Amino acid sequence: MNPNIVSFVYLVAGILFILGIKGLTKPKTAVRGNRLSALGMLLAVVITLLNINTVDFSFIIAGVLVGGIVGGIMALRIQMTSMPQMVALLNGFGGGASLTIALAEYFTVLGVAPSSFAELLNPVMVESSAFGVGVEGTIAVLAIGLTILIGAVTLTGSLIAFSKLQELMKKSYGLPGGPIGNGLFLLTALAAVGFLVINPGNVAAVVAIVALALLLGLFLVMPIGGADMPVVIALLNSYSGIAAALAGFILGNTVLIIAGSLVGTSGLILTQIMCVAMNRSLANVLFGKMAAGGEKIDADEIYAGKVTSAQPEEVAMMLEVAERVVIVPGYGMAMAQAQHAVRELADAMEARGIEVEYGIHPVAGRMPGHMNVLLAEAEVPYDNLVEMDRINPTFEDTDVVIVIGANDVTNPMARDAEGSPIYGMPILNVDKAKNVVVIKRSLSPGFAGLPNPLFAMDHTLMVYGDGKKAVVEITAALNQA
Amino acid sequence: MEILILLLALFVLSLFLGVELITKVPPTLHTPLMSGTNAVSGITLVGAMLAAGNEGSPMLVNVLGFIAVTLATINVVGGYLVTNRMLAMFKRK
Repeated sequence: MNPNIVSFVYLVAGILFILGIKGLTKPKTAVRGNRLSALGMLLAVVITLLNINTVDFSFIIAGVLVGGIVGGIMALRIQMTSMPQMVALLNGFGGGASLTIALAEYFTVLGVAPSSFAELLNPVMVESSAFGVGVEGTIAVLAIGLTILIGAVTLTGSLIAFSKLQELMKKSYGLPGGPIGNGLFLLTALAAVGFLVINPGNVAAVVAIVALALLLGLFLVMPIGGADMPVVIALLNSYSGIAAALAGFILGNTVLIIAGSLVGTSGLILTQIMCVAMNRSLANVLFGKMAAGGEKIDADEIYAGKVTSAQPEEVAMMLEVAERVVIVPGYGMAMAQAQHAVRELADAMEARGIEVEYGIHPVAGRMPGHMNVLLAEAEVPYDNLVEMDRINPTFEDTDVVIVIGANDVTNPMARDAEGSPIYGMPILNVDKAKNVVVIKRSLSPGFAGLPNPLFAMDHTLMVYGDGKKAVVEITAALNQA
Repeated sequence: MEILILLLALFVLSLFLGVELITKVPPTLHTPLMSGTNAVSGITLVGAMLAAGNEGSPMLVNVLGFIAVTLATINVVGGYLVTNRMLAMFKRK
């Protein structure tokens, strides 16, 4: 087929990807955007298949069948609360795909079929121009090395992120030496890439890059947990895009470069947003533990004798006379699968003429936008989901704030207590509201390990218990009133 | 060499375009954005098919290609389907 036609169709596919992401800038156009993007994918795949010359379709068909079935089942079965796990897995598969493509391209150019692992490690004599003449060849090998490196890090890093989110891995392990150990690993892997560029025929260098990068992915993500996961997922999302773009350089394929760089920037921007929302640098999230506070803050001192607990009926009585209520959800709402119960409570309040909105902190949950998806699943209109900067000025005019399963993102210490580990992190100023109801299992600290003075405030009521059960009881009491 | 420069130009311009586009996506849609971009990064399927289907290549290359096709297809099919599922929930009122 005329290569110009192929390039032209790739351009059309690239445009459709761009329009697809543009559609995502508004909820109303998002579904159509996603379909345009899928259409672009279909075009790119079809024209590629038509363009392959000496083709043996068996491997392609087998791969598409297996991948299609696995992907389809995952997409249709996954619960909305488990979306972070799904995205983590998809990030990893994206990295794995780029990794294997780079390896396939490398061995294609080498033109060898090693029959054993031992033979694989033998250096192969290649023409100095095998990968391209002069600088082109150097850059081609460099792109292969870097794609392998980033793809492999993304693969194992994402698998660890998945197992942490799925709570298969509960402890945090790290390399002795932490960041220094990781840094040494990275430098060694980069050195192997450099060695490969000088000796393109050295298969052992390729094997070394793969091994080092796979381990680096493990060690980078294993020490990170809990509330830092949104940053990790966003960053791995970015890596998977960068790996795809690099694979585009290996193959000289324009649509891979366009799509890969869009994904890469998307992940990076989300990473940046998450870091700002936690007031931490990326390096701090990746390598540092949360800094220990200047002085040990004694939880008993803050809570002793000052915490007021309440029954669902008392909360219902308070809601009866309210005019404006803001619901602040956190990861605990996802854990308790309470999103539908929360919607029903909001319905009961709205039926009484109470204005209800939801205050969403950027890092609530385990991935960017996690809370929004859960509440959308419960059919909460997206106009009622209000982001932090817009909801904060309204708390002073709010009669009741219901905090369900959120903790650190409401901690006033972030605003008031200079020297506290979370000082400077933007929070939802729920303590400015006239009344605060916190639905929580106990007074246990959140991810930051800090007590929350909000719980001890005079206008705060604690409702202890399972989030879903408590919300259902409040709704029932309100409906009877 | 000229091709390489062209590819580099395409890469850099796409990065800038990406920044312009992504910063306009509202936080409400950040999760569908991530799964949707996952699907887009499944474009590696194109490269994977070239590796898997090339008859003249060593077996090792075809097997690597097969793995790549499988992983990329999971991204494409899983990514678009789950994004569509989520966005459908945002659409209704």
